[in-house]
Order: sequence, then C-alpha cells, then structure tokens
Amino acid sequence: MKEAFKTSLSVGLGLGPLGVAFGVLVVQAGLPWWWATVFTAVVYAGSFEFVLVGLVAAVAPLATVVTTALLVNVRHLFYALSFPLHRVRSRPGKVYSTFALTDEAYAMTTSDQAQQWPGRRIVGLQVFLHLYWVVGGTAGALLGSLIPDRVVGLDFALTALFVVLAVEAVHDVTTPVIALLAALTALLAFPQQMLLVAFVLFTLAMLTRRTVARA
Amino acid sequence: MPDTGYLIGAVVVSAAVTWGLRALPFALLARLRTSAVVTHLATVMPAGVMIILAAYCLRDLPRADRTGLLATLLGVTVTAGLHLWRRSALLSILGGTTTYILLANLLL
Repeated sequence: MKEAFKTSLSVGLGLGPLGVAFGVLVVQAGLPWWWATVFTAVVYAGSFEFVLVGLVAAVAPLATVVTTALLVNVRHLFYALSFPLHRVRSRPGKVYSTFALTDEAYAMTTSDQAQQWPGRRIVGLQVFLHLYWVVGGTAGALLGSLIPDRVVGLDFALTALFVVLAVEAVHDVTTPVIALLAALTALLAFPQQMLLVAFVLFTLAMLTRRTVARA
Repeated sequence: MPDTGYLIGAVVVSAAVTWGLRALPFALLARLRTSAVVTHLATVMPAGVMIILAAYCLRDLPRADRTGLLATLLGVTVTAGLHLWRRSALLSILGGTTTYILLANLLL
C-alpha cells in the first residue's frame, strides 16, 4: 500500500488540480456541488466527465449521452490487450480494477518499472488515483461557488486538456487534418449534433482510407 | 437546471457504458486481438477523438468578438507550445488557461 501511494503521487499532482477544475465547471454549469462527487466517484472517466457536464447542462437526450460516452471512451477497449489484470487475484479486485481502468491507471501499470507489481499494488494505485479525482472534484465544486461570476474562462481548462491530449496522440499529418475536416463539416451541417456526426464521419474516413490503402 | 431523474439517468448510462468498454474486452480478448480493423482503429482513433473534442470546445469561436477570438487563439497556442516544449500536462493546461483567463478578463 505504501508503495502504491508513492507511485500514485506523481500522477496525483496532475489529477488533483484537474479534478478541482472539473468541480468548478460542475457548479458553473448550474448543478449543486455534490453532483461533482457523484460524477467523479461513479462515472470516473476523466475527459468524458468534462463533456458530460456540457451535455447534461444542455439536457441532451440520453441517447446522445450514450453515443458520446461510447465514442469518447472507445479507446479503453484496447487497454485490455496489455493491462495486467491476471495479476489481480480476487474477484472484487478484478471488478474494481476494470472499473477504474483510466488512461492514467493504464499508463502507470503498463510502464517498464511496473512489470513486477503484484495485484495489490495495482489495485492500491487505482484506489489512490480514484481518490485524488473525487476529492479534487468535490473541493473544486465547493470552492467554485465562492469564485465570482465575473471571472470568465475557467472552462478553458477543458479545451487546454484536449489540446494537450491531441498533441500527445498525433503521430502523422493526415489523421488530424481529416479529424478537423470532420469536425468543421459536422459543425456547419449539424451544429446540434456536432460531436456525434464528427465522430461518425471521422470513423468512416479512417475505414475508407484503410480500404483504399489496401486496394 | 436539469431535473434529478434526468441527471441520475445520465450518470447511470455513462457509468455503464464506460465500465462496459473497460471490462468487456477482457472477456472477448481473443477475438479483439485478431481483428485487423479494430487494431487499426485503435491506433488512429485517439488522435482524431481528441482533435474533435478540442474543436467541439471551440465551436462558438466563429461567433466570438475580437477579445474572445484573441484570448482563445493565444490560449490554444500557449497550451500546445508549452506542451511541445516541456511535455508536462499540468504546466501546459495551467499556462494556457491562465493566458486565456487574463486576456479574457483584462481586455474586456
């Protein structure tokens, strides 16, 4: 447990403040503060939670929530290929471990120095990361009601988060250009359903590109 | 404000979809691993998804006034620039957001 706590600290430095930003966003969207606790504890999906606040503030249909959750989190499907779940022995441990399989947990547990970690250390690390997120979110929501409405722009933290994740994920030139075109087309043609349409267009474009490249 | 029933529904479906996506592949691992299409999508989706999400956050930009436009463009530039330089997510997000907040509030 001690070791799990130590390794969790470096990621916690990023997760805590981001959680605070999330909590502030929740109260700025007009929701009571404790929804920040519910979101961070139960949904526990980092970037998707930021999007979710925008969706529920606009009372988007649940079908849109489901579709967006699927598309934003679809990357998690591939974490199973290398996440060391076989080292987690107990059944409750396995259930929690898959529930808390976030980007950060995946990144930490599949790193070189984690190759010998026993299941307890893996689950322990996940518990600490989850805790930073919930505590950060709750604190942010409580503090957020104290921040005057005149200060605008805290929600820019979300834009910045996606810019950072995009910079890290981009490895070629055409993929981001196609993604940008998909986003613009969706914005112009279906502004109310921009996210959904953009994701579908992008996925179709990727499948088409692959088919053409193989032909 | 959205009503409580709707919010509970949104939280439940979000949690179910997210956990499903994280847990199911362990059960279907063998089939997933052999699908070339899935493997290909796994490599290209993250970059596209993040760019589309960033674009979604900036969707009101064409209608923004000059202050908003300037603050947003500089905020994004500082964020991306800091990240390419130092590769520290926290620093990039804090730097970009501070830039944006200062410009948006001081130039009003």
